[in-house]
Amino acid sequence: MSEMMTGAEMVIRALQDQGVEHVFGYPGGAVLPIYDALFHQDKVKHVLVRHEQGAVHAAEGYARSTGKVGVVLVTSGPGATNAVTGLMDALSDSVPLVCLTGQVPTHLIGSDAFQECDTVGITRHCTKHNYLVKSIEDLPRILHEAFYVAANGRPGPVVVDLPKDVQFKTGLYERPRDNQHKTYRPIVKGDPDKIRAAVELMRTAKRPVFYTGGGVINAGPEASRLLRELVRLTGFPITSTLMGLGAYPGSDPQFLGMLGMHGTYEANLAMHECDLMINIGARFDDRITGRLDAFSPYSRKIHVDIDPSSINKNVKVDIPIVGDCRLVLEDMLKVVRDAQYQFDRAGIADWWAKIERWRARHCLAYRPSSEVIKPQYAVERLYQLTKDRDAFITTEVGQHQMWAAQFYKFEEPNRWMTSGGLGTMGYGLPAAIGVQMANPGKLVIDIAGEASILMNMQEMSTAVQYRLPVKVFILNNEYMGMVRQWQELLHGGRYSESYSASLPDFVKLAEAYGAVGIRCEKPGDLDAAIKEMITVERPVIFDCVVDKTENCFPMIPSGKAHNEMLLNDYLGETGADLGSVIDEKGKMLV
Amino acid sequence: MNAMNTHYPDPTRVEPINRHTLAVIVDNEPGVLARIAGMFSGRGYNIESLTVSETEHQKHISRITIVTAGTNAVIEQIKSQLERLVPVHRVVDLTLQGEAIERELCLVKVVGTGDHRVEALRLASAFGARTLDATLTSFVFELTGATDDVERFINLMTAVGLVEVSRTGIAAMSRGAEGM
Repeated sequence: MSEMMTGAEMVIRALQDQGVEHVFGYPGGAVLPIYDALFHQDKVKHVLVRHEQGAVHAAEGYARSTGKVGVVLVTSGPGATNAVTGLMDALSDSVPLVCLTGQVPTHLIGSDAFQECDTVGITRHCTKHNYLVKSIEDLPRILHEAFYVAANGRPGPVVVDLPKDVQFKTGLYERPRDNQHKTYRPIVKGDPDKIRAAVELMRTAKRPVFYTGGGVINAGPEASRLLRELVRLTGFPITSTLMGLGAYPGSDPQFLGMLGMHGTYEANLAMHECDLMINIGARFDDRITGRLDAFSPYSRKIHVDIDPSSINKNVKVDIPIVGDCRLVLEDMLKVVRDAQYQFDRAGIADWWAKIERWRARHCLAYRPSSEVIKPQYAVERLYQLTKDRDAFITTEVGQHQMWAAQFYKFEEPNRWMTSGGLGTMGYGLPAAIGVQMANPGKLVIDIAGEASILMNMQEMSTAVQYRLPVKVFILNNEYMGMVRQWQELLHGGRYSESYSASLPDFVKLAEAYGAVGIRCEKPGDLDAAIKEMITVERPVIFDCVVDKTENCFPMIPSGKAHNEMLLNDYLGETGADLGSVIDEKGKMLV
Repeated sequence: MNAMNTHYPDPTRVEPINRHTLAVIVDNEPGVLARIAGMFSGRGYNIESLTVSETEHQKHISRITIVTAGTNAVIEQIKSQLERLVPVHRVVDLTLQGEAIERELCLVKVVGTGDHRVEALRLASAFGARTLDATLTSFVFELTGATDDVERFINLMTAVGLVEVSRTGIAAMSRGAEGM
């Protein structure tokens, strides 16, 4: 029942009542009372990071690998501003987080006090919602509400800003009640008429394709199971966004691979030529659509999304269904079963034949080498040697991220943690720490680049402190590879500031942190080195020295349509000028 | 080619831009106006007029009237974006509900002597404006009316010594028996 306690104690009690087991944070003046309350209990475990950005990414990794709300605790001022990148990342990728920030006492707010910043003002645009708690009476309600808002509807980060005097005040704590928010009540059940209409379209489609995204992952593992059932029942091809990988098994023949800017030839052409697109939990992001006026010109489109503002935002659709992917998929399957629909596999045989011809292009092929490790080969070997171990993969951002998405096949949801919407370099290592914390005993690998990893390298210290045996697998090409690739394609090969000079010796760096360092430079040594990395039960930094000039293909150049993608053999033997295939307009795009 | 203006492709079709009046019912909590104004600026939408006041004091509910302009798709997007803000109860597009009643109030200060002064008073009476303040050299008029009337009134007043204008922005309500 309700009892009297201080604000700081309420915070910890609310975390316990919300089932929180781990908090990622960093102490400071304005949150000392909360850290004191943390000290007096052992239900909620605190993970001390080395930088607040790392705390947020760790909580993201925790949340994405478990489906639970990730929790962050940071101090006022710089603590809060350091968290901003992580919050925006979580907003872009719809990750449920509650971030508790300390604040100067209420009577000092607005006085430019030490370590004061307008946290709710700064985070208003990078959170789903935020609160400044001005009185102890509001605190219990706001704490519980924050968890409700973070987890329900389209998930996202919520900031609760806690002035220090409120943490010291005593008040009446109340446990969470039935979480009916007075204004925020997202629609989760899809419109039955539209679901029926969608299934009707699916029955008559000649060239259908499923296009699924992170919404399926966010809807929980049951949504992935239902998706598999529906896709197998229909016999349709399926492709996925970066965020949706794992919802459908990557090794299944019906799966065409990832789509989009660095997606497969077959997935993108299927999107271009389909007559029915069934979008489940994806948001027609610009990395997916390419040139909008040439996007999938022959198709009717079904769009299932929990966020009404995603509907018709970028692409106009024929049947919008607002709802939770799990519930909508359940209803779709029910319609199919109740009417005993049989899907006509012969009717789409021509479509499959066409797709198989595209697939036969082997768009992910690369020129193997026995001298130098090709980055694609490195990820392929990593996949082959870890695929039976139910591994969790995180990434940083850049070429290595795309190669990981192309070559690592995910069989289950929640195994793939990457910064998709915001594209945050430095995401992977702290995220891996969060994943490992939530999944003890599991193999957690951060596929990294040597530039990205240096952005949050300090978190290696966290991994060592908590004995989290995360593996950092660096594809080291001494370049910010994706920047270098764009400079090659768009800026005449003038590699302005994209070379990573003065790199640290990653093996020594690992040892300096108290982790294990492994370097591999030859393709012939790779398997043994990867096996060593997996067997070591300590954090590892694996410096995989790869081809410095390899580019990531296929690629839909900016401003181009799906059927105008560049394949790996584009350059041919002559090395044609790639700059000429991208027009002036395309160069303006990101 | 105007690629230099934008990071993204040009809009594919040129669609007509319409003006819509939205009534937004919100919890009157700190920062709610910043949230709404920030959504408009952050996503590049225009606010032509914005009026806000608490309408139900016990429940701390405010009604915000926003006049905005955009293509139909943009208006739809604005409404969806408003609705996903946590303190927003609901959004009603008064323009879609038919001819809503729209009124705004303006205060106009004119300074002058002689003919200008006489003319100003005559115009004010023709428009049905109230005189709130008068000195030997100035008037402050109050006019409540549709935006067009207010515009016309202000334009005319410019010719007879207008020195200051203050406008409330639009308050709007649908016609007929049905309430929100």
